[in-house]
Amino acid sequence: MSILSKHKVIETNATLLLILSFLVVTIGGLVEIVPLFFIQNTIEKVKGVRPYTPLELAGRNIYIREGCYVCHSQMIRPLRDEVERYGPYSLAAESMYDHPFQWGSERTGPDLARVGGRYSNEWHVHHLSDPRSVVPESIMPTYAYLLKNEIDGKYIADLMKTNRTVGVPYTDEDIAKAREDFEAQANPDADTEGLVKRYPGAKVANFDGQPQLTEMDALIAYLQVLGTMVDFSTFIPDASR
Amino acid sequence: MSKKDTSNTDPNTTGHVWDGIEEFDNPLPRWWLWTFYATIAFAIVWTILYPAWPISTKGATPGLLGYSSRASVAADIERYKQANAAINKKLTTVPLDQIEKDPDLVSYALNGGASVFRTFCAQCHGSGANGNKGFPSLIDDDWLWGGTIDDIYTTISHGIRYASDEDTRDSEMPAWADQLTEQEIADVVQYVRKISGQKADAAMAKAGATVFGDNCAACHGDDGKGNRDVGAPNLTDRIWLYGGDVETLTQTVTHGRKGVMPAWAGRLSEAQIREVAVWVHQQGGGE
Repeated sequence: MSILSKHKVIETNATLLLILSFLVVTIGGLVEIVPLFFIQNTIEKVKGVRPYTPLELAGRNIYIREGCYVCHSQMIRPLRDEVERYGPYSLAAESMYDHPFQWGSERTGPDLARVGGRYSNEWHVHHLSDPRSVVPESIMPTYAYLLKNEIDGKYIADLMKTNRTVGVPYTDEDIAKAREDFEAQANPDADTEGLVKRYPGAKVANFDGQPQLTEMDALIAYLQVLGTMVDFSTFIPDASR
Repeated sequence: MSKKDTSNTDPNTTGHVWDGIEEFDNPLPRWWLWTFYATIAFAIVWTILYPAWPISTKGATPGLLGYSSRASVAADIERYKQANAAINKKLTTVPLDQIEKDPDLVSYALNGGASVFRTFCAQCHGSGANGNKGFPSLIDDDWLWGGTIDDIYTTISHGIRYASDEDTRDSEMPAWADQLTEQEIADVVQYVRKISGQKADAAMAKAGATVFGDNCAACHGDDGKGNRDVGAPNLTDRIWLYGGDVETLTQTVTHGRKGVMPAWAGRLSEAQIREVAVWVHQQGGGE
């Protein structure tokens, strides 16, 4: 037991104690984190997940700016009641282009992981401008000013470049056409062939119903794509996970 | 307590002395120590039984029990599916108009349908199904696309103007801003107010009648009573989807309307769609 009595050496030397504590915490952290980089099924391969369109990406930034994640999660857990209410449980691949992800941990409002396509654009405009006009019992704040804040996508290419730096596979073409795509998605009369080719399944609409391009357009474009990229009628889950 | 003489019962000290203060080397309480050892043993057993150690690049060790959260939720859902299998089969195989004649089916459908409605429909149509501006009330007998159980079933399954469903109900109240002058729009608004029994400017309404006959009657009918084949509302009742005041009517005619209802086939099961169709059909307005 003589080795145990040596702990006096550590206890009486603050610097040594600090270094050794740090070492222990580091080992614990590495053991938890490092395997995730090497295990192949951390993010299973799923068809259909694509990077966000420029407008959706802008909407995502508004989502973050307004703190939507404080009350809304984006993570359907594999539990029967959640799957019955919100739809298929979330897959890791569905948020692999989210930097940072918006899983959240608080559900003051409902989960939004599969809110895309569940309501009409018009409903979203009503609901964001005045939540109680459609859901009288709602306690959500109003976001009517999003209808007034016009956006022009001036910095959207920079935002996409930043995302590319952390691993989102935007091509040079995506970035070159960023502003064009940004405007086209909110304009049903625009030529959107390129947009839809670059971002399969992108929904084109005048989301906010106003002629000008506003933050409301971007946010609704983002909400309408949430959880819609994977086709669950053809997805076969690996049951061992 | 302070008077208790501990001099004879002193356990060993650790040998540390700080400013003359010594530290007892008391053993840990026996119960605490054994609980601690038990938790360590429990953790080891747990990692053998359940998925735990990430020892290969294929994934973690699967554990002896073969537990998986996905299989677990699938089994849980399957259990309820089996429990309802018999009645769901009956519900989805009988013709729609026969459901309400079977007391078992109707009671099951109404309970299930109420729950489906609260989860998926109430956000637009209101928790009491009384609707909101732009989202029709389902408790009156005024129907845009028809109020029979078959009509309701079709609307729920395929939605209205829902682009991703090929069989969706489709039509559009166009924006008339380009086709009609402002005066013509003002006239036709007065005409609509007249046929809906509201206060209207007689002269403008008279001019509006012509505009209506030339442009609006194709969908809304010569008498303005609407046409369910194209979801054109009856304009002669006093039930308004967006509003019957001059300002709202002008906006409707000028910019058009195209309310969207999502298609629920695929998202809801066939049984759930039938349940909620029965529930809506029984809300008072069913035909």
